[in-house]
Amino acid sequence: MNSLALKILAKHVVEAETLEPGGLVYAKVDKVMVNDVTGPIALNVLKETDAEKLVNERKVKAYAVLDHYSPPHNWDAANAHIKLRKFTRQHGCVLFDVGSGIAHQLLVEGIVKPGELIVGTDSHTITYGALAAFATGIGSSEAAYVMATGELWFKVPEPLYVRLIGKFKPGVVSKDLALYLLGEMGTEGALYCSVEFFGEGLKSLDLSDRLTVANMMVEAGAKTAVFPYDSETERWLLSYGVKPDKKWKELKLEPNIEANMEVDLSNIEPLISEPPMPTRVRHVADLEGTLVDQVFVGSCTNGRYKDILILARLLKGKKAKTRLIVIPASIRILKRIAYEGILSILIEAGAIIGMPGCGPCFGAHMGVLGNYEVMVSTANRNFPGRAGPPSAKVYLASPYTAAAAAITGTITDPRPLIKNS
Amino acid sequence: MRVKGYALLVGDNIDTDTIIPARYLHKSNPEWLGKHVFEDAPEIKNKLLSLPKPIAIIAGKGFGYGSSREHAVIALKAAEVSLIIARSFHRIFYRNAINNGLPVIEANLTEVKNGDLVEADLENGIILAGNNAVFKFKPMPKRLLEILKHGGLKYFLKKLASEELGK
Repeated sequence: MNSLALKILAKHVVEAETLEPGGLVYAKVDKVMVNDVTGPIALNVLKETDAEKLVNERKVKAYAVLDHYSPPHNWDAANAHIKLRKFTRQHGCVLFDVGSGIAHQLLVEGIVKPGELIVGTDSHTITYGALAAFATGIGSSEAAYVMATGELWFKVPEPLYVRLIGKFKPGVVSKDLALYLLGEMGTEGALYCSVEFFGEGLKSLDLSDRLTVANMMVEAGAKTAVFPYDSETERWLLSYGVKPDKKWKELKLEPNIEANMEVDLSNIEPLISEPPMPTRVRHVADLEGTLVDQVFVGSCTNGRYKDILILARLLKGKKAKTRLIVIPASIRILKRIAYEGILSILIEAGAIIGMPGCGPCFGAHMGVLGNYEVMVSTANRNFPGRAGPPSAKVYLASPYTAAAAAITGTITDPRPLIKNS
Repeated sequence: MRVKGYALLVGDNIDTDTIIPARYLHKSNPEWLGKHVFEDAPEIKNKLLSLPKPIAIIAGKGFGYGSSREHAVIALKAAEVSLIIARSFHRIFYRNAINNGLPVIEANLTEVKNGDLVEADLENGIILAGNNAVFKFKPMPKRLLEILKHGGLKYFLKKLASEELGK
């Protein structure tokens, strides 16, 4: 058995006809996450079916994160929050209230452990694979099913092995790698697959970088995206107080595995995804000069400390020429940038700082666009109508490229700016 | 299990933001979601409104791309969509459809026009469309068909809940 995803899934199987890719298995789930958009439907299902009484933290650990409407923008969202708070109190679930941050950051801050099987009612649940876990997005009804039974059906994914070699050049980061992979794969290149990374190039991807890459593999249809357990995983876990388990060392791929794709990180240049979908990837250089109204740095893709630090370094002492919205992915990150003085740099540069949460990425509040406006965003999706009217355009890019757009007011290759900063 | 509907042709990569935009997700009742289905894609919405019901959506590849929102399936069902046939589906949408009792079939339907009557036999993997065109597809695993037949996952949750009560 080569596939790391399969290795993890196999340890959780309670019933299986076969463990071949495409086969159907029932597996025991370690953790389930719901948010404030999809969670209320799961709660409705539990109530309607009378299965709420079956929900028990001994079956599965459940987390409810109020991140999409953080804080709520209307009565319905506020009422959904009331419902979720009450449910978590009654059933021993963990609640992350508004302002705590995005589920996909909060859960990797010491909750997700390598080797676990985790589901969440959000497609970007796939992010946790950066910690050598099997994580995948599900719907609300099945989250209800998981909460009531602790189990769920899975189709065994086909592995797609990606070997990484080389090192990034200055001004190029993991977001550019994620976009490169999406450009190569297209919307279905990884459909139902587990994308599994290996190779010496992993050394230049810290955990924050890996989270970004795992996060976006869902845009190519992936079921899960897994990074092996290594010293970097261990460093990250230790920094959140998680004691490493010896068994986790086995969570890696054989070095002689045949790769489906090989990527030399040193060949990657700053990339940008243009509407109408994330896989429409271009070189930043090809779109230079496009006028930008708003820049957003945040989201479960790139709202981490490292991303905000990149922005602050380029922006220091300058004024943003666009509206600039910065939303840290968790309260922990907000505190850190406050204590380290990064927040002041951003505020001086004219940034609008939002409460930790999903912000405008989800298109409901806190910075949606108007007709024909253009946003450069570090988030993950740019479908028409995603963050404003269908005529508005969202370009997806790295924090470097986002910073360059904020500084110049246009889509700009960030590399010359790095040399001057 | 046999399902029929009148064909509504859509293209590739119909994403869940297109099916139901995020700005409507703070409510989850079917009437509300059905009203706003395909609101940002008027060319689809207008056809959907004008065709006889129920509707069989005939799509290209990658139907249900993007977000995990189950609202997308609720919205389609509320708009009287009874069946979706696509060359391929994105996986969370596919699961949500089955879990809500909305039949989804992976097949490549050619030569079907808007408004053609489409009828599918889910167990035997046969689709009849328009002027006697016949298409075959691989039936989904029995376990999943069981979920569909019972109208979705709720049936099984109800059963589990009543069994628990009997103990």
